[in-house]
Amino acid sequence: MPTRKAADAHAVLRGVTRIYPGGTPVHALGPIDLDLAQGEFFSVVGPSGCGKSTLLDVLSGLSPPTEGSVSFEGKTVAGQVPEGIGVVFQEDASLPWLTVRDNVAFGLRHAGTDSAEVDRRVSYAIGFMGLQDFTGAYPSQLSGGMRQRVCIARTLVLQPRLILLDEPFGALDQQTRLLMGDELLRLWRETDATVLLITHALDEAALLSDRVGVMSARPGRFIDLVETSWARERDSRIVSDPAFGTVTGRLWAALRPESMKAIGRPQP
Amino acid sequence: MNHGRRILWTRVAFIAGLVGLLEALCRLHVIKPLTMIAPSQMVQELIALAWSGELAEPALQTFIEVGASFLFSVTVGGALGAVVHALPRVRRTLDPLLASWYAVPFFVFYPLLVALLGLNVLPLIAIGVVFATPAMMLSTLAGLDRVPRVMHKVARVHRLSQLQEVRLITLPSAAPHLFTGLKLSFAYSFIGIIAGEFILSGGGLGYGISYAYESFETPKMYALMLFVLLIALVANGVLHVWDRRLARRRGLA
Repeated sequence: MPTRKAADAHAVLRGVTRIYPGGTPVHALGPIDLDLAQGEFFSVVGPSGCGKSTLLDVLSGLSPPTEGSVSFEGKTVAGQVPEGIGVVFQEDASLPWLTVRDNVAFGLRHAGTDSAEVDRRVSYAIGFMGLQDFTGAYPSQLSGGMRQRVCIARTLVLQPRLILLDEPFGALDQQTRLLMGDELLRLWRETDATVLLITHALDEAALLSDRVGVMSARPGRFIDLVETSWARERDSRIVSDPAFGTVTGRLWAALRPESMKAIGRPQP
Repeated sequence: MNHGRRILWTRVAFIAGLVGLLEALCRLHVIKPLTMIAPSQMVQELIALAWSGELAEPALQTFIEVGASFLFSVTVGGALGAVVHALPRVRRTLDPLLASWYAVPFFVFYPLLVALLGLNVLPLIAIGVVFATPAMMLSTLAGLDRVPRVMHKVARVHRLSQLQEVRLITLPSAAPHLFTGLKLSFAYSFIGIIAGEFILSGGGLGYGISYAYESFETPKMYALMLFVLLIALVANGVLHVWDRRLARRRGLA
């Protein structure tokens, strides 16, 4: 459905379905077609359990599609997460036995990057995420929002060209989420990466994205695509723009019947 | 003085108070010398035993037995825990057996172990191993169960090999439980070996206490008991310091 067949498609999903095997196989996703343009900020919203996280797992290579194909920069994604893709998870994925600095450096050190380069990139990412006063702290000494910033910084240092975020601000309060959204927009502008954000918050999707894909109840398919037309230079103050209400209204209009289905109360 | 240090000193003062009270009760003959000697006499007797060289042989035997039992339990228990964790069906079968493990009086198998392993230290080590291995195995299972699923995803996102994942993600993540396994394995090895020596063996500190008891050598018996107590305290202290260091590395202490 929401296919923008741009010549510069960065990541492409074609006819992707995901069925979890078992006694009663669960058809979680698809079929889905999606083209993510280079440098685009794309968000996915959908009712609970519609397969949003499954979509992210399939796109990142963490989980294979049952049918269809996934490609990133023209190469098929199969079996493992390709170089150039960074993932930020909904759960706290900071490593509790490492300090903030070591957490952020984790991926670089194990990729064999030389220590001067590790120091340079880690210092930049820590400064960028506003963690410079906490480099020696352990995750248990940080708030949930700061731990999530550590995880984002850990992804950022790897300089991914496609950043996948699975409800990264789900556990945060509204004000912190808005501010973290601003940080994310700043990161997106500076890195010029393509971003795919999974979220259940319509306002977050409307605020941050160039396009928002609305998914149906399980098995998740795209049922609408909303283009926001925001300028690239934007931040959370956009919520006071009347067009913001229009975008969120359209998202909710598409999503409401699916959410009703998901809670077992389909609309007549 | 910070809170932790205050608690430590309160604890030390409490123990010192108890020892002082015992010393007074013994010195005033409220507790008869045939029943118990004063703590200061226990220390003197222990120093004399150590000085005479009489302590070396049984202590060495016990240390070797406990050490062998501990190392074997940790290695085998850890490996079995990892294997059983990877095989859910086997785990479902073993779970009730492991849960009721410590209800079995394993000392009754000593004759069988002697028949199988010979009349030497091996049956005693085997008893220590039988006591300590399940503790390490259960702790390993608990530790691996509690590695959050997202950590495995982190490993895959960073394209770690399986070995790297074990070394860099799984083991550190499960470390607190593995450490509990180490502590329990040591405690169970120690208890199993000392008790085994006491009841069944012809050597070691446990046997020394038993022999002294039966031959009415009360001062020697208490000196050996004090020595066993000191070993337990020192070992526990070392593990406690190590545990705190581990917790500090996670910002938890």
